Amino acid sequence: MISTIDKVTTESHGDDHGHSHGHAEHHGPRGILNWLTTTDHKIIGLSYTITSVIMLVIGGALAEVIRGQLANPNGHLVTMAQYNELFTMHGSIMIYLFAGPFAFGALANIIVPIQIGAPDMAFPRLNALSYWLYLTGAITMLLGFFVTGGAANFGWVGYAPLSDAIYSPGAGADLWIGGLMLTGFSAIFTGVNICATVFYLRAPGMTLFRMPIFTWNLLVVSILILLAFPVLTAGLIMLYSDRHLGTHIYTVVGGGSPVLWQHIFWFWGHPEVYILALPFFGMVTEIIPVFSKKPVFGYKGMVFATLTIAALSLGVWAHHMFTTGVVLLPFFSIMSLLIAVPTGIKIFNWIGSMWRGQIWFSAAMLFSIGFVVTFLIGGLTGVYLASPPLDFFTHDTYFIVAHFHSVVMALVIGGMAGLYYWGPKITGYMLNERIGKTQFWFLFIGTQVFTIPQYILGLQGMPRRMAIYPNDPQWQTLNTWSSVGAIMIGISTLLFIVNIVASWKKHPAGDNPWDAHTLEWFTTSPPPHHNFFRLPQIRSERPTWDHNHPDAKTLAHGKDAH
Amino acid sequence: MRVEAKILIALGLFFGLMCAVYWTWSLENAGGVMMFFGMGLCLLPGSYYYWWSRRMGPRAEDDPNATQEAGAGYIDAFPGSSIFPFTLGMGAFFIVLALVFGSWMLVPGLGLVIWAALGGIAEGRRGGSR
Repeated sequence: MISTIDKVTTESHGDDHGHSHGHAEHHGPRGILNWLTTTDHKIIGLSYTITSVIMLVIGGALAEVIRGQLANPNGHLVTMAQYNELFTMHGSIMIYLFAGPFAFGALANIIVPIQIGAPDMAFPRLNALSYWLYLTGAITMLLGFFVTGGAANFGWVGYAPLSDAIYSPGAGADLWIGGLMLTGFSAIFTGVNICATVFYLRAPGMTLFRMPIFTWNLLVVSILILLAFPVLTAGLIMLYSDRHLGTHIYTVVGGGSPVLWQHIFWFWGHPEVYILALPFFGMVTEIIPVFSKKPVFGYKGMVFATLTIAALSLGVWAHHMFTTGVVLLPFFSIMSLLIAVPTGIKIFNWIGSMWRGQIWFSAAMLFSIGFVVTFLIGGLTGVYLASPPLDFFTHDTYFIVAHFHSVVMALVIGGMAGLYYWGPKITGYMLNERIGKTQFWFLFIGTQVFTIPQYILGLQGMPRRMAIYPNDPQWQTLNTWSSVGAIMIGISTLLFIVNIVASWKKHPAGDNPWDAHTLEWFTTSPPPHHNFFRLPQIRSERPTWDHNHPDAKTLAHGKDAH
Repeated sequence: MRVEAKILIALGLFFGLMCAVYWTWSLENAGGVMMFFGMGLCLLPGSYYYWWSRRMGPRAEDDPNATQEAGAGYIDAFPGSSIFPFTLGMGAFFIVLALVFGSWMLVPGLGLVIWAALGGIAEGRRGGSR
């Protein structure tokens, strides 16, 4: 079935009843066949969202088992071998199957084309292929639990030589490699697609420096995906060939170098951190100005900060490898410390966007503020780790675990902000604010209760990835508190599911429930098949707001002062 | 078009600078090679966009005063729905499983991929003919 895409016609300023024509009505298959054959970015994005939230729940369940084991020093909940599988698969599911796809596949897929006034992604069928590769990659990795020998158990970083055929025999490790290859290609295709969409399908007047910050961040993320993911896929192919084809790329015996795996892995792995983080930066940059009733503070500063983070991110990978003793410490230390500057600019601009605004503490806004606070904690402890002496002291301790859990839990909080903000646009119905706020406090307080004891434990020298630990009363207290935090985070996730059920088709959202700024709030909720019946004239970075408030005095970036 | 090109070229030049500093300072090859190709990955499309931006001039989406009428009309034809992404994805799935569970799985895998390739191309031709 072929449908042509015609760009929608315009309507004159202030005319709310501009008639639509040229919109291709969609007569596709219905039901399960619609889901299998769709090329609509909104349905694909929704599939991504649902799949990645399921992965969050699975990974979270594994985390609860881990915290249950660590709640007391000689935990007997799981065996040590099972514990290795648990932390490996928890990390792998959360990073590869939840955070990444949720960041650049889920909300991005739905929102980016609408924010720039495009009818669909540039390559709709490639977009669908991305989703199928992601889903099959996730299934491949999870199949590891059902094969002899269990799932992969060498940590989510898969360091050589532990991941070779001698130390990690069995199908679980191969399924881990195969799953990563599939999700890796899925990410690369999404990167190509978003780049092409942003470069070629913007609406007239939507210049690059009028794009919403969320779309800007996704463009930069896509460039980073194209730089980083092929490296990982190449590394995985070499790892597979070491395991089964008799090569010696990562083994000393045949003249290879195990550190090469670390170089390749972290050359992907550190840009990956920004691939995960930047979409959530973009989400809160959309949300904070809307709920402060102000334009975003420092639009250009935000864009250049994002670009600077991307530029520096390619030169920081070896700060994960300081203790190998074979990397250039000053170079990576300087580059890693420099990244704090653009990140600081962003936090300054978020506060600037709230400053003297009329703040509306909706659930989405609470989650956004929670994101900024939690990310600040995670980011600042990251600055310590960029200093080699401190890194030698804390490497492979719970300080590292606490640092990156502060960061990724900030992303989960930011993702919830995005779901509460864009949920009404995607489904057409509001989510319950009261349950949302309860969920926020459980998630926010739970995160701090979960991570702060781990910082202390790490500074006292508790190593990561250990199923048991010395029977020290203080360590046990701290670990128990951390487990309490994990349970609170689990409750908050349950509250989110409760909220979806409780507010299912209750309160219709209307086109623009938040009096928001960007183009996705100009169309209906949920948007029609090719997104727009009509478009406003685009004269600033917030066209919908300009259209709804033609006499407003405050000026957004990109708008002439006359 | 020009702004897109400039961003990519600027990123590429920065990676090039970083690569030069790193490689001469550390004499470590893996990172140097990866950064070098990172530079290439930015400069290649960046210079291509720049070349095009000089030939075609600003598009409606590059013009700050463009009206929506400027974008009206026919863009392109896309398949409204297509089974071939799913088929291709399942083919890739079986091929990856063949790496683990044995090469017999290549038979359904390659079959699905070939079917998807032929069907997808035929579908693309039908869609592009208008």
